[in-house]
Amino acid sequence: MRITQGTFSFLPDLTDDEITAQIAYALEHGWPCSVEYTDDPHPRNTYWEMWGLPLFDLQDPAAVLDEVRACREEHPEHYVRVNAYDASLGRQTVALSFLVNRPSEEPGFRVDRQEGADRQVHYSIHPYATERPAGSRYAPSVPAARNGNGNGHGRG
Amino acid sequence: MADRWSAGVIPYAEMGYWQPDYEPKDTDLLCAFRVTPQDGVPPEEAGAAVAGESSTATWTVVWTDRLTTFDHYQAKCYRVEPVPGVEGQWIAYIAYDLDLFEEGSIANLTSSIIGNVFGFKPLKALRLEDMRIPPHYVKTFPGPPHGIVTEREYLNKFGRPLLGATTKPKLGLSARNYGRVVYEALRGGLDFTKDDENINSQPFMRWRDRYLACMEAVNRAQAETGEVKGHYLNVTAADMEDIYERAEFARELGSVIVMVDLTVGYTAIQSLSKWARRNGVILHLHRAGHATYTRQKNHGVSFRVISKWMRLAGVDHIHAGTVVGKLEGDPASVHGFYDVLRKGSYAADPSKGLYFDQEWVSMPATMPVASGGIHAGQMHQLLHHLGEDTVLQFGGGTIGHPMGIASGAEANRVAVESMIKARNEGRDYLTEGPEILRTAAKRNKPLDMALSTWGDVTFDYASTDTVDAVATPS
Repeated sequence: MRITQGTFSFLPDLTDDEITAQIAYALEHGWPCSVEYTDDPHPRNTYWEMWGLPLFDLQDPAAVLDEVRACREEHPEHYVRVNAYDASLGRQTVALSFLVNRPSEEPGFRVDRQEGADRQVHYSIHPYATERPAGSRYAPSVPAARNGNGNGHGRG
Repeated sequence: MADRWSAGVIPYAEMGYWQPDYEPKDTDLLCAFRVTPQDGVPPEEAGAAVAGESSTATWTVVWTDRLTTFDHYQAKCYRVEPVPGVEGQWIAYIAYDLDLFEEGSIANLTSSIIGNVFGFKPLKALRLEDMRIPPHYVKTFPGPPHGIVTEREYLNKFGRPLLGATTKPKLGLSARNYGRVVYEALRGGLDFTKDDENINSQPFMRWRDRYLACMEAVNRAQAETGEVKGHYLNVTAADMEDIYERAEFARELGSVIVMVDLTVGYTAIQSLSKWARRNGVILHLHRAGHATYTRQKNHGVSFRVISKWMRLAGVDHIHAGTVVGKLEGDPASVHGFYDVLRKGSYAADPSKGLYFDQEWVSMPATMPVASGGIHAGQMHQLLHHLGEDTVLQFGGGTIGHPMGIASGAEANRVAVESMIKARNEGRDYLTEGPEILRTAAKRNKPLDMALSTWGDVTFDYASTDTVDAVATPS
């Protein structure tokens, strides 16, 4: 399967040029970008790992793309997304969020049903990937030693 | 002033309801009425009569007024202006002191302002065009239980319009078949599906069976896509007890959203809004019945006023027009409704039918929903007119797709993502829209089929409810 979170998941995966164009759009609107990654694609998994702090001071789309590339290189079998953040009054939330990397195989989700009385069913969504420990969920696992300064976030 | 208190009937204008020198206070609630006086009734008297009948007056002088600070409670018509280009119609501006209204009550506000006066004999017709709600009164309402920002964070969906579809046929499907439509549309790529306004609990499908079938569909679609999905479960019922019972059951089943029809009334909407806030469930409002009083330009209440009332009453979604679809919606007027629902504050803008400045003092925004006769081939126009913070609902345009419902959903999703991508890349998407869609369709069969099925369908009729502003001759 192919998870369809993010603004552009129904289109072919974006090329680096296309990613740069979206970053440029965000920066033109004054929305700083941030890069995040995860190996738990559950739709309620809000807090992906931050690839460092949001890039508040980066005005050059190419520099943001460098961070995307670095994150992808270190986590080739993770989901990686770019978020653009709108800090203006009345918004103060994500303005755009799109995937820039996905694992080579996406095993998808199982629906668990707990049957109750009166035909009620309580559901939970179970990502197959999370049956394995974090960091080894998708093909080639990343050795811990390569995880930079040991804070688990890849970079300081 | 002795005459003012003589028993009998005297003109409203002479009873203090016409005050051309009055300067509205920041705390006053202001209304703009379109008045069509009977022949021989001067516009000032008509405006004064509206002010009187929507505040303290009755048809004759009463001495008991003198037991009150009557000039404080009297509404004051402070200006009348002829409507440009229309014979016999005036816009009357009326100021109301805040003390006339109960805090946080749409029922009280509307009983005052539109309670009696619309049947008043000296007027041929009357329309409430707009209302300036002062911040002091705005702050007495809790507003939308979630609002656009929280809804997007809750759904984890950013940067594009949300997509929905109303299950069709509206009537007759069994719960099992109904859930099939929901599942296919959601797994295909829509964010939401929706009960129609008249799907409540009929012999062919009772509400409880529908809820169970829909939630099976929603959860299966979430697993197929890895996205949060929702179905607007309509909780509209005969009484509040039944409405609460249905809403509680929707919550127990884990639905992210419920819906209700405007026909239940303002008080029921405010009650359900309270419930939605307490339970973390998004509240969708279908404006069933509104066109009976919003559409005709000379009489009734403009939808821009209904939009304000519903943002105050506290709904997260409201149907507000499509511009290009099958239902009434002049572009300029619809832009005005969307401003009312979404902006934090705005200035008066006659070109959009907005008579007053409005400050919402950080009240969350209501998500406008566009529904009725729209399809993927109009995506560039929809994005241009309605922007990003909207739900585009393609009922027929999803379910009627020749390759099936999931393909219909996919076509809509590919179309919206392609258009957003092109816009963000700096392309002139409104002009190049058809080309952008054709290019996307080359690698997406469902979109290709959607464009060849509906590509040139439009509903091009003259609007009934339009704005009056005329371009200033240069």
